[in-house]
Amino acid sequence: MAAVAMVEAISLALSRAMEHDDSVVLMGEDVGINGGVFRATSGLLEKFGDQRVIDTPLAETMIAGLAVGMSAQGMKPVIEAQFMGFIYPMVEQIICHASRMRHRTRGRLSCPLVLRAPFGGGIHAPEHHSESTEALFAHIPGVRVVIPSSPARAYGLLLAAIREPDPVIFLEPKRIYRLNKEEVEDNGEDLPLDVCFVLRDGGDITLVTWGSMVKETLEAADYLAEQGINAEVIDVATVSPLDMETIIESVEKTGRCVIIHEAARMCSVGAEIAAGLAEKALYSLHAPVKRVAGYDTIMPLHKMEMKYMPSVKRIISAVDDVMEAS
Amino acid sequence: MPATIASFKIDYYQFLSPDGRLISDDVPPLATDWDTLRSLYRLMVSTRVFDKKAVALQRTGKMGTYASSLGHEAVHIAAGSAMRAEDCFAPTYREHGTQLCRGVTMTEMFTYWGGDERGCDFSGPRHDFSWAIPIATQCLHAAGAALAFKLRGEKRVAVTMVGDGGSSKGDFLEAINAASAFDLPLVLVIINNQWAISVPRAKQNSATTLAQKGIAGGLPSIQVDGNDIIACRWAMDTAIKQAREGHGPTVIEMITYRLSDHTTADDARRYRDDEEVENAWRIEPIKRLRKYLKDQGEWNDKRELELLKKASGEVDEAVKEYFTVGNQDIESMFDYLYENMPAELEEQRARALEELS
Repeated sequence: MAAVAMVEAISLALSRAMEHDDSVVLMGEDVGINGGVFRATSGLLEKFGDQRVIDTPLAETMIAGLAVGMSAQGMKPVIEAQFMGFIYPMVEQIICHASRMRHRTRGRLSCPLVLRAPFGGGIHAPEHHSESTEALFAHIPGVRVVIPSSPARAYGLLLAAIREPDPVIFLEPKRIYRLNKEEVEDNGEDLPLDVCFVLRDGGDITLVTWGSMVKETLEAADYLAEQGINAEVIDVATVSPLDMETIIESVEKTGRCVIIHEAARMCSVGAEIAAGLAEKALYSLHAPVKRVAGYDTIMPLHKMEMKYMPSVKRIISAVDDVMEAS
Repeated sequence: MPATIASFKIDYYQFLSPDGRLISDDVPPLATDWDTLRSLYRLMVSTRVFDKKAVALQRTGKMGTYASSLGHEAVHIAAGSAMRAEDCFAPTYREHGTQLCRGVTMTEMFTYWGGDERGCDFSGPRHDFSWAIPIATQCLHAAGAALAFKLRGEKRVAVTMVGDGGSSKGDFLEAINAASAFDLPLVLVIINNQWAISVPRAKQNSATTLAQKGIAGGLPSIQVDGNDIIACRWAMDTAIKQAREGHGPTVIEMITYRLSDHTTADDARRYRDDEEVENAWRIEPIKRLRKYLKDQGEWNDKRELELLKKASGEVDEAVKEYFTVGNQDIESMFDYLYENMPAELEEQRARALEELS
């Protein structure tokens, strides 16, 4: 077992899936000889050859449309959008076909594809490289949206996404691609989709988050513990479909909840979680649910991007508000 | 003076003139293969009888909006009859003739256009794509299917169709690019029927042909008379054979005319002259082939009557079956979305059954 960063864990999962299943094919821009701009597919061309690791022409609609066609004909394409900002030409193919092929044909055809995309801010990238628009995809019936927050969860969830018989949008928080290393056993074992992971037990307040914000949230929880507040931290992981059961169970215990995400507030996954709590856990709440999120503005260029994103300080301040309310 | 580093030409193929005569002696064997021509003629007529009934069902409130294939029969039947069962077809929303050749039943078509997804659960071929309504998106599905066939070393061909309007869309151009980059076993048919709802061909772009868009992507590209079944079928046979033998993709622009409204929800009299439509009826594909066969003594009024009776009988049977299809269960809204249904959806499903039953 070796300590690996998240991006290396993703490589390991891709390699393992390709060894296990001949129908898995990687496609995208620069995924071959270059190994991907973040090196997530590094070494895979050499290992599996150019029939399975395919550099495509620079056309995102093409990549998505080919994947729809291939997956409907029995292959498992794992395609890459180089950055989430370049995913939008793929959206028509995802909404109009990938998400509904099984439904439309009453199960005759299906689209077991995985669309990987690095997303989120914090690496000083140019315009369009830093947004978090997972909610756009969470709104589409028929696709899953999965976001890992650690090397081990990236490994296990990506394997599960590839094995899933329906389309999965797998969003990789690139700020934490190489943030820290963790022991990941390359044993081919996947982690369950459609469920949250409780990362820290606590009885005073529930902090719900996902992706790179797991880092700030855990830091905030450490600080809060020093202040005598025990926060339960939930990594949502699969943001669509949502595992509300785990969140509600926690909120029934703590009576308080703060939702933390990088994406803008309006119609966010956080809004859906808050609505779910209002519907099903209102009488367990001692205080209104609060959200700590990106502002409803355009993600600023990189000089100011960290001001846009929730910080440990903003999380603690929100928790203080919620704890003070009776 | 600059040097010419590339130049191109587009060949145009027509074997059967609009008045039903062979235009030269240099014709493919199909031109005198009477059994095959008669079978193609029967399929074209069946398609038209089906089409007429589908429009009538819509007009009488027994089916939803429907895109008529009137006038496209040569293109549709040429493609459908040239393909093998194991090949893969990715249609738009109008290629009912091709689908009939492939084995999709008339009842399935009525069912889909009657507002029921079960119409897409084709009895055959199980791997064909169903109707793609967002313009040109199907071109990339066919390219993806072709890539799958190529990667697996299968001798199968993918065929897709797109309209003159659809040829303006990125998906079509990206499919050409993919076919070129990966040398795919793909046949891309542009059905140039002159109208994209109300926008005429001339307003799509100023290129002399639409076929030349294939040349820009590096593909062999030709234009044929899309009302001449001999030319259409010859072009399909040639392109499919080439693709199957590993010699790559082809673009075929077939020139025809949309004799109907765009769909039953459209009224083409708002934007085109009756005279243009009358002229188009003079060169339509079925009359042309019938004239040719009759002149050669290979068809007669008795056969025509028998055919019409048989075709009408088949369509009537399909309508009868369609009327017995009934409604789907409420749970069908939920049951086909995922192989593994998420818990939240299970809950909604239970609620829907309670609320709607």
